[in-house]
Amino acid sequence: MTFEYAPAPESLAIVSIAPSYGLFINGEFVYPTDGTTFKTINPATEEVLAEMSEANQSDVNAAVNAARRSYDRIWSVMSGRDRAKYLFRIARLLQERAREFAVLETLDNGKPIRESRDIDVPLAAAHFFYHAGWADKLDYAGLGPNPQALGVAGQIIPWNFPLLMLAWKIAPALACGNTVVLKPAETTSLTAMLFAEVCQQADLPPGVVNIITGAGDTGRMLVEHDGIDKIAFTGSTEVGKSIGRAIAGTNKRLTLELGGKAANIVFDDAPIDQAVEGIVDGIFFNQGHVCCAGSRLLLQESIAEETIAALKLRLQTLRLGDPLDKNTDIGAINSPEQLNKIHELIKSGDDEGAQRWTAPCDIPDKGWWCAPTVFTNVTQAHRIAREEIFGPVLSVLTFRTPDEAVEKANNTPFGLSAGIWTEKGSRILWMANQLRAGVIWANTFNRFDPTSPFGGFKESGFGREGGIQGLAAYLQAANDSADQARGTS
Amino acid sequence: MNDRVEVRKTYKLFIKGAFPRSESGRTYEVHDTDDKFLANAAKASRKDARDAVLAARAGFDGWSAATAYNRGQVLYRVAEVMEGRREQFIADVQAAEGSGDKKSARVVDAAIDRLVWYAGWADKYAQVVGNTNPVAGPYFNFTIPEPTGVVAAIAPQDSSLLGLVSVIAPIVVTGNAVIVVASTRRPIPAITLTEVLATSDVPPGVINVLTGDPAEIAPWLASHGDVNAIDLTGVTSAELAKKLEIEAAGTVKRVRPPAQPNWLANPDLGRLRSFVETKTVWHPLGA
Repeated sequence: MTFEYAPAPESLAIVSIAPSYGLFINGEFVYPTDGTTFKTINPATEEVLAEMSEANQSDVNAAVNAARRSYDRIWSVMSGRDRAKYLFRIARLLQERAREFAVLETLDNGKPIRESRDIDVPLAAAHFFYHAGWADKLDYAGLGPNPQALGVAGQIIPWNFPLLMLAWKIAPALACGNTVVLKPAETTSLTAMLFAEVCQQADLPPGVVNIITGAGDTGRMLVEHDGIDKIAFTGSTEVGKSIGRAIAGTNKRLTLELGGKAANIVFDDAPIDQAVEGIVDGIFFNQGHVCCAGSRLLLQESIAEETIAALKLRLQTLRLGDPLDKNTDIGAINSPEQLNKIHELIKSGDDEGAQRWTAPCDIPDKGWWCAPTVFTNVTQAHRIAREEIFGPVLSVLTFRTPDEAVEKANNTPFGLSAGIWTEKGSRILWMANQLRAGVIWANTFNRFDPTSPFGGFKESGFGREGGIQGLAAYLQAANDSADQARGTS
Repeated sequence: MNDRVEVRKTYKLFIKGAFPRSESGRTYEVHDTDDKFLANAAKASRKDARDAVLAARAGFDGWSAATAYNRGQVLYRVAEVMEGRREQFIADVQAAEGSGDKKSARVVDAAIDRLVWYAGWADKYAQVVGNTNPVAGPYFNFTIPEPTGVVAAIAPQDSSLLGLVSVIAPIVVTGNAVIVVASTRRPIPAITLTEVLATSDVPPGVINVLTGDPAEIAPWLASHGDVNAIDLTGVTSAELAKKLEIEAAGTVKRVRPPAQPNWLANPDLGRLRSFVETKTVWHPLGA
């Protein structure tokens, strides 16, 4: 059975994209001293959206200096109550301009408008609202009375949730009294620049938030800058490790939110239809560009065939195409580099003997796309069961007993998230206890909330974002300088 | 004068609840602060460090699954047995640190009291650092702390007993297993402590004590794939600390930096929080 849908595109009229963007330093948009630029491209059409500025060393210096000055003179001496009001303003502005942010995010990132509109942008606003309320209540953050800000935070975020990751970084940092220099990913800087405009509209004091665009080199300059007190990084495990090495021997504090290879575990008593929805949400949400994606499906042997059949049926109804279309489920892959990486791992699955099934769907002529892909007959030794693919590719393994499920689920250097599907309450709690991962979704998957701490065990990183635990990443106890431990806050 | 010839003790490592010599066969001389020979201590090697990691991983499974009440009782038991050996510890500390009777006694008493303090946290810290989260949706959501896993620690070089206890107690009380490298020049109080641990219901592998040179042993621990965190408290060389941090980054270990606090001061929860992970669980609400 096929459904026919009339196109339902979201209007572009709400956004205006400038031909070129500068850097946001000390409350103003400035162009880099040497004028180097790079292009940001709509991954669904391959059209150039705008020219972005690549920050060099002197721009990084200027941004860090602005953040330091504003920390010393304004933000660290301002009352928590007043810091809160700025954050509330930002939350409200994000809500007011939500549709504009959603459309811009979808244009620049390629994710379906349904997701940017219903998830990314509302959650970003909620993050500012939640943390705004903390700014004058930090005595209750669990670090003893009068906890102190760290100073200037250097923050580096990925391209999969550009605005949301910005909110996860900036909101707690500012609430705790730090100032920030943030570098968005080079392929998705536009919503960060729009956010800079929101900071201006909120009359946020100059230098509290600085946004510098650029690629890995700019990020490295930020990490290595002497004027930075804290690094917060979300991205690949490989880069996370190199940051750890780069700041060894310094007093910089670090939080890392890195890769994952989450197990989504379905027991034979789970309601299969609900579980299938959870499996789809787990791996095909945001084209699988999710560090906590449920990329390893562990099915109890007795229901494996039935579940895989139901899953394939469901995947045939997913709509891949124009991200701005409100009916679209699967958008574009953010960059050709990422698409190549996905293809390379898919090929390894073929080569290593796993059985591939690809959802039948029309791939648009332009842009970068990957149809939902499911591998069965996967063993734990296969690369597609061990490495993060960061794409719409699901690896299916089976198990017989709960013990075997735990063993397979934990058999990875990662530990970001895991899913459990069963009707049995005691099994949920036992599994949740056994799984070595920071976020456990039972009978649901990929749920996020500002009150709920997010972050990993093992090589998925350390430190938390969100919740009361997330505040520790941007605060130090008044009397314990050793609390500045790396990843041990 | 007593003409009886005393029976001297052989000082060894403490791995998996047993007292092996270093597999390398090496020892080094330990002197008191007047440079008088005290003993030959085992000089642990890379192989000993790796054996200790294996033991700690095996110990972690049972220890982290034990009830908090049980862990608290075991740590309290360590304090009880230490109290019975109070005079020996005072003599050991005195010889190691060159401190007077009173100071040595104060340090030993503080070490025992510190264990009691941490023992009491076993079944309380999750109530203090865990919580439910009021998410905006029909879900029940809670956050709990869990032990990080296997922790390698470099004990303070100066405070041979109180510093050592202050480092290992907050690591193990939450369910971690530890491999601790004792003070290089003052290892004897640590070795006496291992005799207490062996008779205090501490399961084998939960606390492993190595003696020797941190500069030689610690890099193997810092780079080991089955060590989850490293506590650099007793590292005195900035160069070594940096090297260990670089090694630790290769497996995204949690790192607690070097520190020389006043060990007699009352601690806060900082050390305990350093070696726990935060786990958050979601479940839908529905009739």
